[in-house]
Amino acid sequence: MTEKKDTNGYLDMELLRFTTAGSVDDGKSTLIGRLLYDSKSIFQDQIEAIEKASRNKGNEETDLALLTDGLRAEREQGITIDVAYRYFATPKRKFIIADTPGHIQYTRNMVTGASTANLAIILIDARHGVIEQTLRHSYIASLLRIPHIVVCINKMDLVDYDESAYEKIKKQFMSFAPKLDVKDIEFIPISALKGDNVVEPSKQMTWYQGTTLLYLLENIYIKGDNNYVDARFPVQYVIRPQSDEFHDYRGYAGRIDGGIFKVGDKIKVLPSGLESKIKTIDTLNETLDMAFAPQSVSITIEDDIDISRGDMIAKSDNLPRKSQDITAMISWFNERPLILRGKYSLRHTTNDVKCIIQDVKFKMDINSLERNYDDKEIKMNDIARIQIKTSKPIFYDGYRKNRNTGSFVLIDEVTNETLGAGMIIDKA
Amino acid sequence: MNNYHLNHLRELEAESIFIFREVAAQFDNPVILFSGGKDSIVMFHLARKAFYPAKVPIPLLHIDTGHNFKEAIEFRDNLVEKYGVKLYVGSVQKTIDEGKVQEETGYNASRNVLQTTTLLDAIEEHKFDAALGGGRRDEEKARAKERFFSHRDEFGQWDPKNQRPELWNIFNGKKRMGEHFRVFPLSNWTELDVWQYIYMEDIEIPSLYYTHRRDVFERDGVLLAAAPFMQLKPNEKIETLDVRCRTIGDITNTGLTRSKADNLKDIIDEIAAERTTERGQRFDDKRSETAMEDRKKEGYF
Repeated sequence: MTEKKDTNGYLDMELLRFTTAGSVDDGKSTLIGRLLYDSKSIFQDQIEAIEKASRNKGNEETDLALLTDGLRAEREQGITIDVAYRYFATPKRKFIIADTPGHIQYTRNMVTGASTANLAIILIDARHGVIEQTLRHSYIASLLRIPHIVVCINKMDLVDYDESAYEKIKKQFMSFAPKLDVKDIEFIPISALKGDNVVEPSKQMTWYQGTTLLYLLENIYIKGDNNYVDARFPVQYVIRPQSDEFHDYRGYAGRIDGGIFKVGDKIKVLPSGLESKIKTIDTLNETLDMAFAPQSVSITIEDDIDISRGDMIAKSDNLPRKSQDITAMISWFNERPLILRGKYSLRHTTNDVKCIIQDVKFKMDINSLERNYDDKEIKMNDIARIQIKTSKPIFYDGYRKNRNTGSFVLIDEVTNETLGAGMIIDKA
Repeated sequence: MNNYHLNHLRELEAESIFIFREVAAQFDNPVILFSGGKDSIVMFHLARKAFYPAKVPIPLLHIDTGHNFKEAIEFRDNLVEKYGVKLYVGSVQKTIDEGKVQEETGYNASRNVLQTTTLLDAIEEHKFDAALGGGRRDEEKARAKERFFSHRDEFGQWDPKNQRPELWNIFNGKKRMGEHFRVFPLSNWTELDVWQYIYMEDIEIPSLYYTHRRDVFERDGVLLAAAPFMQLKPNEKIETLDVRCRTIGDITNTGLTRSKADNLKDIIDEIAAERTTERGQRFDDKRSETAMEDRKKEGYF
């Protein structure tokens, strides 16, 4: 899509969403503070506010980590409770950081932050190497199918910028990487505190031939991450203007969850199975010949078919799977454990169904990456493989194939809380 | 051959439109909080896009402190007439007259905090179950932790430690009787994004955002507009300057910027070079380090 206007390239920026995993001790907040600070995304009044807060805490130097502190309880306890979103931009890209706490109790926040990320930064303290937490963070990144992982080996200043320390950790990481399912892993030796290889190349690590972290964030190829093959359009809302000008207009509004739709394409509406063709693709600005993920559009079709929210439009020659028996990995968020044979409300795309938990296959030990077939009690922050039966068929793809049509959440029917997040395993 | 590229604004737009449609589908009686400021104007523009070619099926609610820029009110009324949308007004003056809140006194008296009561009353009176706000996560540190769909208990309160996890693009708006949601379609936008989008889409905004000559006075480093209900301290004096608004809110806490920018391109250049946040010019946030967090918990915008 080309824009008519030019504002010094402002309008050509791409959006990259990334998540950062690591604890306070790994220097995660310092790294984010450094990215924001060195890319000049911090404003004067924000700097003044953290200078004041640093002085109040008795710190001599301005603590960049304070930039990412949010709620009062977090500042008081010096921890991060929730996912916080940060924003910065360079002339090439706009970045959205999902800043998630690293300690074990908050797996759910990491999963939440990872669900929309294109890239994950995993921090390792150069003095300690790969630890249990590194495995956990890497596993979650791979479970949520974040396409790109950047392993930042931080605090290189504390190991005298030693190349062999870096190489050793890289080797440690690669030794368990085959257990993960990630296509792209990069390594960068950094010092967030001193600024080495974050925005500016390190003068201390001339042995490192790679790019800085910011350069990588600005240039990593992300267009290949979207699925442009399997066209999926969950109907969100039906638009019926009932005005004189648009008397018989029935538009199916939604966001394309995968693939490309063109005017004239032969489509099938699920669950009815009725077929038709795309007549128009409408937006306020213009009528389009084609639309692709993740655009929000309104589609009209040639035939008069009854379609409502929760239905899925796909191309006749490429349909999603249809089933009431779903196998999925689940990440559990609630203090009340998952109940075997329990009934929940399940939301998948724009569709709501009821479901029952039929079986817990195994629980994942996310610190060792081993499967536990004995302990099947799924508590808060646990990850497990489960078997679900839904009240009606759902139309889905494996999560590997499509993160939108392959994911769902479980909702408590009484409290309405979001209890867990599921990633569907394609059985074929 | 098309390379299926969406720039960052189109991607943000697609996300926001998705949120508007989710609200229309999941709630019975939603409302758009509309102040006449740029964020609420962009919100309404996105709402038009979400429901085109139908009219926006969601009414507007303006919480009126009574301390308005007249240009903002005129703009509001024109927009309502042009697009045939229903407008509700919640009056802070009425809330004061009814004795539900006490007007602040002194030089820095503001009706900002009082708006919360009026807002919650309006939500209860009209039984709104979702209030769409233009809040953005880049504005303030408590906002950085806000969800798109933010659950409020029957007292309208926000419990930041007990928020529903929000994954992928699945938004859970289920609630019990008496509870409501605040929904923030612009969560992922920054101030610069909003301005770039206004430019890209040719969106009409109040003249206050462009340079104009106005009587102003300086207080604690912020330029404020002179108005009948603004009480001057002995050392403060009124000057006439070329200024523009960076945000538009209640006149008592809207800081003005010295500027000659009379078009959007110049404004964008100014914003891009700006070294203070827009909230830095809001008097309401200068009250304490957790001013926003505290107000939000009570049910503020």
